[in-house]
Amino acid sequence: MTKKVLMKGNEAIAEAAVRGGCRFFFGYPITPQTEIPEYLSWRLFEVGGDFVQAESEVAAINMVYGAGGAGGRAMTSSSSPGISLKQEGISYMAMAEIPAVVVNMVRAGPGLGGIQPAQSDYSQAVKGGGHGDYKLLVYAPATIQEAVNLMYIAWDKAEQYRIPVFILGDGMMGQLMEPIELPPMKQPNDPEKFDWATTGSHYGEGRRIINSLYLKSEECLQQNYRLQAKYREIEKNEVICETIDCDDAEIVLTAYGSVGRICKSALPILRQKGIKVGLIRPTTLFPFATKVFEEVANKPNVKRFLTVELSAGQYNEDVRLAVNGKKPIDLLSRMGGEVMSAEDIVEKVMEVIK
Amino acid sequence: MESKIICAGFGGQGILSLGKFMVYAGMEQNLEVTWLPSYGPEMRGGTANCSVVLSDKPVASPLITKPNILIVMNTPSLDKFESKVEKGGLILVNSDLIERKISRDDVTVKYISANTIALELGSARSANIVMFGAYVKYGGVVSKDTALDALMHQFEGKKGADSIKKAFEAGYNL
Amino acid sequence: MPKWTKPKMLTDATLSFCPGCSHGIATKLVAEVLDELGLQSKTVEVASVGCSVFSYNFFNCDSQQAAHGRAPAVATGIKRVHPDKIVFTYQGDGDLASIGLAEIVHAGLRGENITVIFINNAIYGMTGGQMAPTTLIGQKTSTSPFGRDPKKQGNPIKMCELLATQTGPAYIERVMVSDYANILKTKKAIKKAFEYQIAGKGFTMIEILAACPTNWGMNPPDAMQFIKNDMAANYPLGVYKDIGGDK
Repeated sequence: MTKKVLMKGNEAIAEAAVRGGCRFFFGYPITPQTEIPEYLSWRLFEVGGDFVQAESEVAAINMVYGAGGAGGRAMTSSSSPGISLKQEGISYMAMAEIPAVVVNMVRAGPGLGGIQPAQSDYSQAVKGGGHGDYKLLVYAPATIQEAVNLMYIAWDKAEQYRIPVFILGDGMMGQLMEPIELPPMKQPNDPEKFDWATTGSHYGEGRRIINSLYLKSEECLQQNYRLQAKYREIEKNEVICETIDCDDAEIVLTAYGSVGRICKSALPILRQKGIKVGLIRPTTLFPFATKVFEEVANKPNVKRFLTVELSAGQYNEDVRLAVNGKKPIDLLSRMGGEVMSAEDIVEKVMEVIK
Repeated sequence: MESKIICAGFGGQGILSLGKFMVYAGMEQNLEVTWLPSYGPEMRGGTANCSVVLSDKPVASPLITKPNILIVMNTPSLDKFESKVEKGGLILVNSDLIERKISRDDVTVKYISANTIALELGSARSANIVMFGAYVKYGGVVSKDTALDALMHQFEGKKGADSIKKAFEAGYNL
Repeated sequence: MPKWTKPKMLTDATLSFCPGCSHGIATKLVAEVLDELGLQSKTVEVASVGCSVFSYNFFNCDSQQAAHGRAPAVATGIKRVHPDKIVFTYQGDGDLASIGLAEIVHAGLRGENITVIFINNAIYGMTGGQMAPTTLIGQKTSTSPFGRDPKKQGNPIKMCELLATQTGPAYIERVMVSDYANILKTKKAIKKAFEYQIAGKGFTMIEILAACPTNWGMNPPDAMQFIKNDMAANYPLGVYKDIGGDK
């Protein structure tokens, strides 16, 4: 077994990026994710990469556009207000099909909000975020180890589908320390290997164009069809979702990210009280684990659901779509940077099953 | 077994390090651990606290609302967390900076003159090490040798490693 | 006079510009320079937003289309991945001097080893003749119908002057494409900028005073005179920065 190392979430994410082949970082400081650029500002130079502290989040995401489009493994990270600024660039990247990774360590909003953990960027991350019909491959890790594992495969997926991959964390995960196993170093692909990358090596017939402009509506339509077909493919192949004790559960909790973890703490407490409780914890938010919800909702033992989230019900909207009226759903929501405890969840369960 | 600890005091007292010593000791003993600091404006000279979980199973929530061990280094921290400690829990109080007594009778309390002891050993800044020693003795789920090993590992090759060890022993032998 | 042949770095696509527009000249000059420096299979162009938006159709090399104003950021990303390749942006005044001001200034401050071809025609062409950051005082546009009034619409921005005061840029020159002699000077400036990039000297920008007869409401000969008499009077030609042999 590899020796475990104790690392802060943000730093572990940064190190896992490097090991996953990331060689280029472009970003701008914002709490609570600043340890990611701080770490990469020295680490990337050890592996022959490059780091730019950009003049703004807007510039940073466009540097990622350039680097990703040129075949480099590039990323940016930020927190909610900064991610809003990047949305234009992310929309362009989706249309131009540029592989890259964007990390959002979510803080409370709207506006400047606060710097404490939140999940209120759910819709922005999962429904597109910028203009146009597009999706990102959205991972929501619950532990630092899971974040590390996802960062490690993020560029593989991004390149496989030519899509920006989005890591949806939160302020708590960024600051948390826990022991992790780091995967071995993976070398990035040679940009010349890709048949789309603008490496500068092409001229005339073989030249490549990275572009999001399709002025002719028929061509724009076809490109949109292409994107949608890709998203259907991702829905088919990439769902990751954990279920616990749903086979005999009468009430099923559902939550993602750090909250999924807190729900896990509530499970043994509730079982001890004789409550038959289960959990659905999706790791991918797009693609959404619709089938898992359908199957669990169809179980006769399952009487109801309780959605737990650090937002006003954004995640619950997708839960309701997936459960599709088959069972009642209650919501436990916290906002503003307040985080519910396992005890709060237990209390809410006791209240709704009365 | 799950030990949920909150360490609290003001910035500069080595509160976050105290939590990390516990985590390193726990790792040495093959326990699952998490360390979660308060962050934000609080970090800049105000109060500081961290939540530490040591467990023989994977830690579900790193967030602690009801600690079974509270280590407080100043009065505002005691005021904030005293009522939250679980019944039957343990509170270690730095009696040099906290004049009042604990008002509850359903918890174990140890009053420790951490600053005085540290000062007597010639290292005013190791009050947190004294508290760590006391923690290992009274609330620890890790053995003394393991804890001391993990601690000294953090100070390997650094000046004053001797006084760190003395401070730990003093806290442990109270 | 030698017979003109199409540069290899120009595609066969028909230029989409209006009659008398200077974009065609500028595009051709850049392509000729790339040919002469042997930069086929070594170059990435970054197209911007505005009438320059289709430049990826014209330059016969790898190309990325950037969001409005962000071409220098996109070029930065490309150059960091491929420092041995030649990267240039082709931007208009609205793109570079208005929405993209932060990106151009900071690319300059970083001494980013890219070349910027900056077409200044004092108007938004693609959207149909609105006021640009470089629109002259008194100049009428569809959004300054009474003539640009500094009290209401602010003053024109002088990009060469602005960037030349900073440390970072290696070579900054303003030229115009109003007549044969000046077109030759423009080509010389463009070539020098790319040579600097090849030598790794850092950020280079050539500002080209250009005509937009359609949106200026002029015939092409008058537009050429407007460049000479009005544009050049407000935007003096010359080398604003040249670090020469220093790196």
